[in-house]
Amino acid sequence: MKNQLGREIPEAIAKNRLLYAGAFGTEPTMRRYAPQVKRILPGQSKLVDNIEDVFKKIPVKSGMTLSFHHHLRNGDGVLNMVLDTAARLGIKDLKIAASSIFPVHAPLIEHIKNGVVTELDTNYMSGVVAQAISHGILAKPVTMRTHGGRARAIECGQLKIDVAFVAAPAADDYGNINGTQGLAACGSLGYAIPDAEYAEHVVAITDHLEEYPLTPVSIEQTRVDYVVKVDSIGDPKGIVSGTTKITKDPVGLRIAENAAKTIEAAGLIRDGFSFQTGAGGASLAAAYFVRQMMEKKGVTGSFALGGITGYMVEMLESGLFKKLLDVQGFDLEAGRSIAKNPNHMEISANFYASAFNSGSAVNRLDAVILGATEIDTDFNVNVVTGSDGVIMGGSGGHSDAAAGAKVTIIVSNLLRGRLPIIVDHVLTATTPGETVDVVVTERGIAVNPLRPELKEQLLQAGLPVREIHELKELAEKMAGVPKQIETGDRVVAVVEYRDGTVIDTVRQVKD
Amino acid sequence: MDLRRTMLFIPGNNPAMLQNGGVFGADSVILDLEDAVAPNEKDAARQLIGNALRTCDYGMSEKVVRINPLDTYGVQDIKAIVPCGPAALLVPKVECPEDIKSAAECIAAVESAGSQVKIVALLETPKGIAEAYQIATADTRLVALALGAEDYTAALGAKRTKEGREIYAARMAVINAAAAAGIQSIDTPFTDANDEEGLLKDTAFAKEVGFKGKLSINPRQIDAIHSVFNPTDSDIAWAQKVLAAIRKAKAEGSGVASLNGKMVDLPVVNRAKTMLHLAYRLGMVEEVAEA
Repeated sequence: MKNQLGREIPEAIAKNRLLYAGAFGTEPTMRRYAPQVKRILPGQSKLVDNIEDVFKKIPVKSGMTLSFHHHLRNGDGVLNMVLDTAARLGIKDLKIAASSIFPVHAPLIEHIKNGVVTELDTNYMSGVVAQAISHGILAKPVTMRTHGGRARAIECGQLKIDVAFVAAPAADDYGNINGTQGLAACGSLGYAIPDAEYAEHVVAITDHLEEYPLTPVSIEQTRVDYVVKVDSIGDPKGIVSGTTKITKDPVGLRIAENAAKTIEAAGLIRDGFSFQTGAGGASLAAAYFVRQMMEKKGVTGSFALGGITGYMVEMLESGLFKKLLDVQGFDLEAGRSIAKNPNHMEISANFYASAFNSGSAVNRLDAVILGATEIDTDFNVNVVTGSDGVIMGGSGGHSDAAAGAKVTIIVSNLLRGRLPIIVDHVLTATTPGETVDVVVTERGIAVNPLRPELKEQLLQAGLPVREIHELKELAEKMAGVPKQIETGDRVVAVVEYRDGTVIDTVRQVKD
Repeated sequence: MDLRRTMLFIPGNNPAMLQNGGVFGADSVILDLEDAVAPNEKDAARQLIGNALRTCDYGMSEKVVRINPLDTYGVQDIKAIVPCGPAALLVPKVECPEDIKSAAECIAAVESAGSQVKIVALLETPKGIAEAYQIATADTRLVALALGAEDYTAALGAKRTKEGREIYAARMAVINAAAAAGIQSIDTPFTDANDEEGLLKDTAFAKEVGFKGKLSINPRQIDAIHSVFNPTDSDIAWAQKVLAAIRKAKAEGSGVASLNGKMVDLPVVNRAKTMLHLAYRLGMVEEVAEA
């Protein structure tokens, strides 16, 4: 069966799920999920000696869904710790709902081989686990969601979590948790909040126990059943995201500058401006140019959203933005700021980006700058698979921010290595073209034909506007037409759009 | 008149930079075979640059190749590069008119019929500066003199500073020789890529004393240099007033035009015309009305 983007979805997958029907084409029909109501008696303790004892108390059984957040990123020690315990206790057939999976989670591969883990649900994966998935290690396809989509799926009861294991940089013995204290402080705990809200059981795993009551509180005692103290929840060095410095690459800077000029030409650099950009070198460089424009015009922005870096903190502190809405901190500066500045606000994944609630922050964005591994001439974007067809990422907040923002800008080199980035059809549609307004490359800017008024604004501003087909041909003239990526038939991942519909599938790569 | 506000060096041994050299909007790109390339890599760089000239899209940028001095690898460079169709060669360490004449002969020997590869002479020694006018008039292929101040000050034994007092005389010698020969003068690069304020100041000075453009060692410098060399709105308004005054005088049958009580003489008219042509080239005015 084909979905609205023309993507062929195999019958076996289509029969149990809704297919993508446009960015806003599917409406919610369900009620919010309600986990079992519980109580705890006065005098009862939540402290448990170790993870194994928690498993026995709950009890964790084969076939359950265990969830994890990714705020410790490539420094996370908790997922591995919990799954080692499961393996030791002979538990099988677990579904792991981890908001992201990183190279540090390599032991997952053994657990999959041994049948401890038989299903994955995630928003992003990179490294050896992603490669193993692409090569078909798991019998059931992985469900890949957006950050907002995961929060939505949890709230709507489509992703039912039996036990949420919350890596807690700081906790007290009654289950209050924050991400700003302790050795593994990571700042915001936004992605863990829906898990804690809707899981049947919630376990805080911490290496930093504070005296009761812990303040500030990100996840409250009312939702936390057990607290386990371990030696270390992770390696702080792995928590800081890889690229939080402005690029020095002149091509990247040119692209970033044109992205910023696009925002300016759209008339958005004005008081009340709201903005999201990533932590990659080119995205940060765009923030640098946006900042210069704001300073030059004396503009005070409303808020910056999303993953927050030290650079955004600087903009907050110098008065360029009034607020930061922080679902995830990318560096130590972000963590330091969220702990002390009331205008730097922690938000949940639900608040950030869910499509099915009474309002998420992405809907209030003026402009967002996002990356891509491939873009097609219909402006559909792939951020899941790389040029070899192997999974190397995922939407994260990509599709959510693109759907919400007034102007969505994709920045990318026209040629990456020797490969043209603009193609006829992306291998894996992740973010639909109807939500993408502009593609900025070093050799020109393409505007989605759905936005003729925006194209006019960019032309007026003297920006190098070209048709997306022209850009594609330009790249192919230099580098040739890339060979189609050959994949097998078996589906290794189902890519869900933020509303829960199937936007595409990822096929197994050929060995 | 060719626009050479910026001439951007691109290392000749860096495929990614060669491929992307055209995206920064420099008036010229200088694909470099000399300082950027180690002696044992000259062959490979010639091949790379040759292919880049034939296949890469440099857009509006003029394609220039800096060859090695003729007494090292320069002759081999000319043989390999000229057939690939550069617009010009930048010849380094030029010290006398013969250097230009020899280069011109080597070019002529391998050039395909109908093409005319230009030469830009890089003066970067005290002797080159002393001979500036003879060099500037050595051959009709020569379109510009450029100043290379790093080697020059090293040879003088002077300390190179951002203020540049030590190169004032050399700058003026280059500007004057080029102007006398009716060709362009191009200023030495500003080498601190992270000091935009310093770059703007240095470029403003270069424009003030008569340079027509500036060498650049970093793509990030291009926009800043252009912003200095581009005519301002008030420049354009002034030039249009000058030409309007001339038209008015002609219409009234008067031989003498005046603007704000001052006589408008021929050099002023020429300056106004040049300014408007530049503005037209840059899309800043719709048309240039005849005086």
